[in-house]
Amino acid sequence: MKKQRAVTFNHNPLLKRELPAWRPRIIMLALMGCSLALVGRALYLQGVNNDFLQAKGESRYARVLEVPATRGRITDRHGDILAVSTPVRAVWALPADARLEPAQVRELARLLEMNVGELNARLAAGRDFVYLKRQVPPEVAQAVADLRLPGIHQEKEYRRYYPGGEVMAHILGFTDLEDRGQEGIELAFDKRLSGRAGARRVIKDRRGQIVEDVEAIRPPRDGDEVALSIDGKIQYLAWSALREAMEEHKPKAAAAVVLDVRTGEVLALVNAPTFNPNNRANLTGAQLRNRVFTDAFEPGSVMKPFIAALALERGKVKLNTPIDTGNGRMTIGTATISDTKRHGVITMAQVVQKSSNIGTVKMAQQLGAEEMWHLFDQLGFGTPLNLGFPGETSGRLRPAKTWRPIEQATMSYGHGISTSLIQMARAYLVFAREGELVPLSLTRVDGTPSSGRRVFSADTARQMRTVLAMAAGPGGTAIRAQVPGYTVAGKTGTAHKLEDGRYARKYISSFVGFAPASDPRIVVAVMVDEPSAGQHYGGTVAAPVFSRITEGTLRTLGVAPDMPLTPLQLARRGGDEAASEGSSRESM
Amino acid sequence: MVRIDAVLVALAVASALGVVASQHQARRLHGEYEREQARAQALEVEWGQLQLEQSTWATHGRIEKLARDRLHMQLPPEGQVLVVEPQS
Repeated sequence: MKKQRAVTFNHNPLLKRELPAWRPRIIMLALMGCSLALVGRALYLQGVNNDFLQAKGESRYARVLEVPATRGRITDRHGDILAVSTPVRAVWALPADARLEPAQVRELARLLEMNVGELNARLAAGRDFVYLKRQVPPEVAQAVADLRLPGIHQEKEYRRYYPGGEVMAHILGFTDLEDRGQEGIELAFDKRLSGRAGARRVIKDRRGQIVEDVEAIRPPRDGDEVALSIDGKIQYLAWSALREAMEEHKPKAAAAVVLDVRTGEVLALVNAPTFNPNNRANLTGAQLRNRVFTDAFEPGSVMKPFIAALALERGKVKLNTPIDTGNGRMTIGTATISDTKRHGVITMAQVVQKSSNIGTVKMAQQLGAEEMWHLFDQLGFGTPLNLGFPGETSGRLRPAKTWRPIEQATMSYGHGISTSLIQMARAYLVFAREGELVPLSLTRVDGTPSSGRRVFSADTARQMRTVLAMAAGPGGTAIRAQVPGYTVAGKTGTAHKLEDGRYARKYISSFVGFAPASDPRIVVAVMVDEPSAGQHYGGTVAAPVFSRITEGTLRTLGVAPDMPLTPLQLARRGGDEAASEGSSRESM
Repeated sequence: MVRIDAVLVALAVASALGVVASQHQARRLHGEYEREQARAQALEVEWGQLQLEQSTWATHGRIEKLARDRLHMQLPPEGQVLVVEPQS
């Protein structure tokens, strides 16, 4: 065997040859040049061009999400929900992508409760983007999503629901499709109610799941809850009393408002005709109108107590001062003022009780025009209440300098001056509150009631209360305003309506009063526009509505009766009925 | 020398794995957090809807109708009301 010789490469003869010195140097330089280029590039990308690349990168995985905020709820004074927003869906389509089979279209139309033809027309409208239906309930939207139709998409939106329906319609108003206030409280308190959507930046992974919160750009702010001064129960009572009057007297419209005497809160505010805020198709302007705020009318006789009170305050008359109303007719210049009946010589208190125009004019004639204007102005006539309600009227009160004597005379019984119902109701607070007037509030007043501005002395207010109680009592114009168990006080009004500058044979019947007369808790004002079923006097049309509202309201508020119940019952009921009630009580 | 290197490499690898693990856990927890938040929002919505439903059932008009029609209740006629005076 041939013995193998071990080969080692340590002594490779090739290595023995010296390399030329420049070769490794060139390699070194080339390598260093390359790494310098890399470092330079890295510096450029991370230092100089950083922002652009960062933005590019983020646009691939970072997303700014909108964090929705809900519109605040509206509640009544006890916290019962009157308006609440709940999420719904808007179904929209990209007509270019939406190539649907006829069966699919039929199915979609069935789910959306739309006409197939209408749906096809929308899809063929040739626009890039069409809403198919908005405000779709979540369950329906889910069913639509489950169809997985191409080109049909959805987005989240809010819908406002009003569980109170037509009872609360005018006070609350409503919102548009974008959840912005359009009418009523929704508009008046829009700033407080509307929330502000927030935004946050997040990183999403390939499957669209959020993996990291980068930053909260803006926290969402939900709208504030607004607690109204309205009492749901009283509101309902007032509404049903008004509805009854609408059926009985067939007027064009009617309105009522209830105020809390102690705080100036509006406890109820109703209008008829009304509407359902949850379904606003086919609405007319007449239905939408909030007459309590927006309609100024000539109040008529409900104005008289203020003139009487001013004459009383100035010491021109006393409650028992005799006033000669003559034969029921009186001429001032070329105009004639008349009473409905001839009253002869009556006391000042009876002038208000019997609602004598002539007696009131005689009191007004002892007062200066400036003095009367000042009173009207102090009572808030001619000045808007500024409660933020849209379309609120200020009424009409002309400057005293322009008054002619006949105008001063007619204004004393409420013609030639106009007010809204809520202004009139507020003005009656001066009698109910010892001569003070307080600002009204549509929101719940917590804590101490605001202090008022004095218009009359407490003594005048007290005397006027007895006069007004007479007006709503036996021998007055508004015996039907009486409420079993409580003393009431108030004044009727029956005013001719102005049409084209002339007084027409159309009437506005009204009643403004308060109860209990001994220690007033509420002011109730009722207005019935053009009753057309025969009756038109405030005492027969508006006073019964006042009575119903007042009775229910006092019971709801838990006000103790200030009058024994039985005598009234005997006075109002026939003998046999009273007898049968007596026997039924015995059997109890 | 070699041993120190090996220890350092092992430490580096372990720390790298730790980073991966904790990152994964952070994302998992974040996902959970997101889900809970979505649930909270859904519950909020449901609460609103339930309140709405409650107030719809409790409409004064409906209650009055039920009281009158089904329970045959009525307002006591005048004279059948007895006022209890507080004894002072």
